[in-house]
Amino acid sequence: MKAAVDAVDRRLVLATQSGLPLVSRPYHQLAEQLGMAPEEVLSRLTRMLENGVIRRIGAVPNHYAIGYTANGMSVWDVPDARVDALGASVGGLDFVTHCYHRPRQPPEWPYNLFAMVHGSSRAEVLAKVAEIAGLLGSDCRSYDVLFSTRILKKTGLRIGG
Amino acid sequence: MHETARFDAIDAIDTVDRAIIDGLQGGFPICERPYAQVASGLGITEEQLLGRLRRLLATRVLTRFGPLFQVERMGGAFVLAAMCVPEAGWQRSVEVVNSFPEVAHNYRRESDRNCRFNMWFVLATETTDGIPAVIRRIEEASGLPVFSFPKLSEYFVEMKLSVRA
Repeated sequence: MKAAVDAVDRRLVLATQSGLPLVSRPYHQLAEQLGMAPEEVLSRLTRMLENGVIRRIGAVPNHYAIGYTANGMSVWDVPDARVDALGASVGGLDFVTHCYHRPRQPPEWPYNLFAMVHGSSRAEVLAKVAEIAGLLGSDCRSYDVLFSTRILKKTGLRIGG
Repeated sequence: MHETARFDAIDAIDTVDRAIIDGLQGGFPICERPYAQVASGLGITEEQLLGRLRRLLATRVLTRFGPLFQVERMGGAFVLAAMCVPEAGWQRSVEVVNSFPEVAHNYRRESDRNCRFNMWFVLATETTDGIPAVIRRIEEASGLPVFSFPKLSEYFVEMKLSVRA
């Protein structure tokens, strides 16, 4: 899953991880700033987008500001043999923003499928979670919904210079 | 004050802003004049798009505009981790866990079923083998077990939150 990122890529990451320049020719400005040819900036970014180092390029909304004030991490205990098929279905629901298979931690933690659900209220999140429960049907042995009630730290995931 | 400003910001969002927020969460082009290309699709000028993006960032409707990187693809590692923190020692545990620079996000989470796993954080290290060492250090400093939940598979979903209200 690792992609080769060289020192030049790393400089591009450092220069753009807080945002793209808001100017007419942003990649050219980056090229000038980094002492690179514009074509090289374009080709390196294209490669990083293709190999997944860049997940996407665009607007990152503030969930709270656009009306999603409740977020629930729904966690499900489903058969391991079925988790990939079920995860793909749950991930396909339009209100699920992240969906992962993660390990159980028995005996304290029986859940192996995690799906993040955002909504305008807890009630809305719970209604969506009920839809997931309906979709999983008898494959779901138990589940829970953990609401975030306080942000204790948020520094973001960035690489250091 | 901050929260009020954010709620005012959403009231000021018009249909073009919505189109930008909903339609531009990915797919921003890599070309000489990407803003001009996107603006023409929205029926506005390049300068208008740039002005709107500046305003949406200044009012914190957008937290960022640009590439979203997957640090784990660059050789670093992310792991979701959680602890069951007793209420009596809550504040001290928050301080201990937050004092580690490897802790990038930390949230309190609660469920109606009183799930004991009430502290959830993301560990980020520059190398994959850095994770177990950080976990051990957090366990030593807090006196509590740290459970890690590495991603075994990701079921990819598009970013698709549209503006509410």
